Amino acid sequence: MKYVDEFRDGGLARTIAARIAAEVRPDRTYHFMEFCGGHTHAISRYGVTDLLPANVVMVHGPGCPVCVLPIGRIDMAIELVLASPPTPLRKAGCGPSGRGPSRSLCTYADTMRVPASGGLSLMKAKAKGADIRMVYSASDALRIAREEPDREVVFLAIGFETTTPPTALVVREAAALGLTNFTVFCNHVLTPSAIAHILESPEVRDLGTVVIDGFVGPAHVSTIIGSQPYDYFAEEYRKPVVIAGFEPLDVMQAIEMLVRQVNDGRAEVENEFTRAVTPEGNARAKALVADVFELRRAFEWRGLGKVPYSALRLKEQWASFDAERRFTMTERSVADNKACECGAILRGVKKPTDCKVFGTVCTPETPIGSCMVSSEGACAAHYTYGRFRSEASTA
Amino acid sequence: MSAVRKGYVRPIDFKRGLVDMSHGSGGRAMAQLIDELFVEAFDNSWLREMNDQARLPMPSGRLVVATDSHVVSPLFFPGGDIGCLSVHGTVNDVAMAGARPLYLTSGFILEEGFPLADLKRIVDSMAAAAKQAGVAIVTGDTKVVERGKGDGVFINTTGVGVVAEGIEISGDRARPGDAILVSGTMGDHGVAIMSLRENLTFETTIRSDTAALHGLVAAMIAAVPTIHCLRDPTRGGLATTLNEIARQSDCGMRLEESAIPVRSEVAAACEFLGLDPLYVANEGKLVAICARNDAQRLLEAMRAHPLGRDAAKVGEVVEDAHHFVQMRTGFGGSRMVDWLAGEQLPRIC
Ligand code: SF4
Repeated sequence: MKYVDEFRDGGLARTIAARIAAEVRPDRTYHFMEFCGGHTHAISRYGVTDLLPANVVMVHGPGCPVCVLPIGRIDMAIELVLASPPTPLRKAGCGPSGRGPSRSLCTYADTMRVPASGGLSLMKAKAKGADIRMVYSASDALRIAREEPDREVVFLAIGFETTTPPTALVVREAAALGLTNFTVFCNHVLTPSAIAHILESPEVRDLGTVVIDGFVGPAHVSTIIGSQPYDYFAEEYRKPVVIAGFEPLDVMQAIEMLVRQVNDGRAEVENEFTRAVTPEGNARAKALVADVFELRRAFEWRGLGKVPYSALRLKEQWASFDAERRFTMTERSVADNKACECGAILRGVKKPTDCKVFGTVCTPETPIGSCMVSSEGACAAHYTYGRFRSEASTA
Repeated sequence: MSAVRKGYVRPIDFKRGLVDMSHGSGGRAMAQLIDELFVEAFDNSWLREMNDQARLPMPSGRLVVATDSHVVSPLFFPGGDIGCLSVHGTVNDVAMAGARPLYLTSGFILEEGFPLADLKRIVDSMAAAAKQAGVAIVTGDTKVVERGKGDGVFINTTGVGVVAEGIEISGDRARPGDAILVSGTMGDHGVAIMSLRENLTFETTIRSDTAALHGLVAAMIAAVPTIHCLRDPTRGGLATTLNEIARQSDCGMRLEESAIPVRSEVAAACEFLGLDPLYVANEGKLVAICARNDAQRLLEAMRAHPLGRDAAKVGEVVEDAHHFVQMRTGFGGSRMVDWLAGEQLPRIC
């Protein structure tokens, strides 16, 4: 496969591994956080850690848009389309039941299994009769709205900066077409604010010192926003950032660049992913997003709590396409399970196996916390790809 | 003998006609459908007896029975359709015991409004597949459900075969040290199907690998009668099959990623959809586990058969109380190839 195989070459990987091994100082440990779930996935799926020296430790960050979607937001989505919403919702007094079947929720496949309140998920709500449809793009949702003018079609929009421009685009298209039955339930979040939160939220003090010597920065996000937004971390927190692609060789190369920066005492933003990322990013996409969206004052991230200025909503001008304005939807916060260590894991303080319920009560089939929800979460990645390492000792 | 006298009824319009509730009613319309479609296509003396059961001669050996219900969307796909698939799937389930498949039964659940032309195409494809596989469809059943309560056509097939005394092939017989072989490229069927799914249409030349494997199995047994396990990695793909065998046999597995054959188009499509080819369905491939010393001979026998040309040794059975399937990645690290949690769904980012 051209343009893919060359980034998975085992021979090249060994060469970079040897260079990293030669570069690291034996008297110290290097902790690098990969923010993005795409990197977590690549590291686990290709066994990247096996090629790293023992004193280079990869810390999994919160970067999976599905994992960080809070329970309350899924509840709100279910409530929109299910005739009898889960019990906790009714107690909260959120509107009458009996929504009727004329509303459809369109969503990306991987949000279907995220656990919500009352033992529900979108998949279970669908089984209960809610009209929930899996789509592969925002424009699929728009198409459904056009084809079925008698239905209220709500697009559950989630994702980081990468998926935001397509959502902006469909809002503008819906307006241009004069559609009155299409809305967006916006859950788009922003990566830079979450990284800042990981480094200096009050919880960090409670949870203990986070040892992070540098970040592997998200690639796809940066193709849109560019590498510039990360300059701030490099300067303010003295942390090196290397923007890297999602292939395992990209990650290896980024690690090598990070080790070098740490050894040199530098803290800069470097770009490993020059094949797609520029400092400024994609001006057209940024303008599109700026036209349709504005910052929310605060937004809850599953596992991280309220993060200031970390998410987007539709601007007043597009209010008629905003599901939260069009329908009665009540914001609510549903606490994570007490046993869950996600908060500490997402901040790099603990490892999945430090959680008491890992692999017993909490599994990919029955996820309790956010890190187990999608295959890109830290706990799910360890469970699915790396469990044999920790279990081998107990065999 | 026909239940309906020719000349009194107008023949079924297989060009424009639709399935309606009367086709499942047990009345004349149903008899006519059975007569003009099923008996005509599957034609054999047992079926022509028109009983509710078939009385069959059994050669010596042990009886092997397998049943499978086939629901697939779309019904027609590159390389096949639900009809031939419903024959191949069950023939293969029987064959994976090392058996020779002999008879099939078929149960149809039809949705009201389904075009008879499509039904005829499916039934003809089933008949051709059965003929090619040398199995007779000896009895069957037809039901019609109301419009909206089915997905066009569901087909259940049950297969009967015989396995010779002395052949002991079973999922619980893998032993540490055994070799794991596959008969060809992984994921072709699943990708062929997905390429046609609504909203997902992408250009691909991949065709389903759907095929009956008992000929290949017979050739393999002739070379190595002591094969330990055979299984066709259908839904859930190679990964699921190996996890099943590991659990049944109370062992672990270690795979070598670079040895697993995957077509580059399949790899590319999976990459695009965020899927792992090891979990994608196959309908004409098998996994074989045998003693290490027999592996080379078995591999050669597989490669000599047209359905095993791309056969490869992909790993070995190891001791492991956790039943983990591990894999050395092409990249040089290692990882687990775990059971799938839920359905494998395309990722968004
Ligand atoms: S194992 Fe489950 S509950 Fe524990 S930290 Fe991970 S996701 Fe949270």
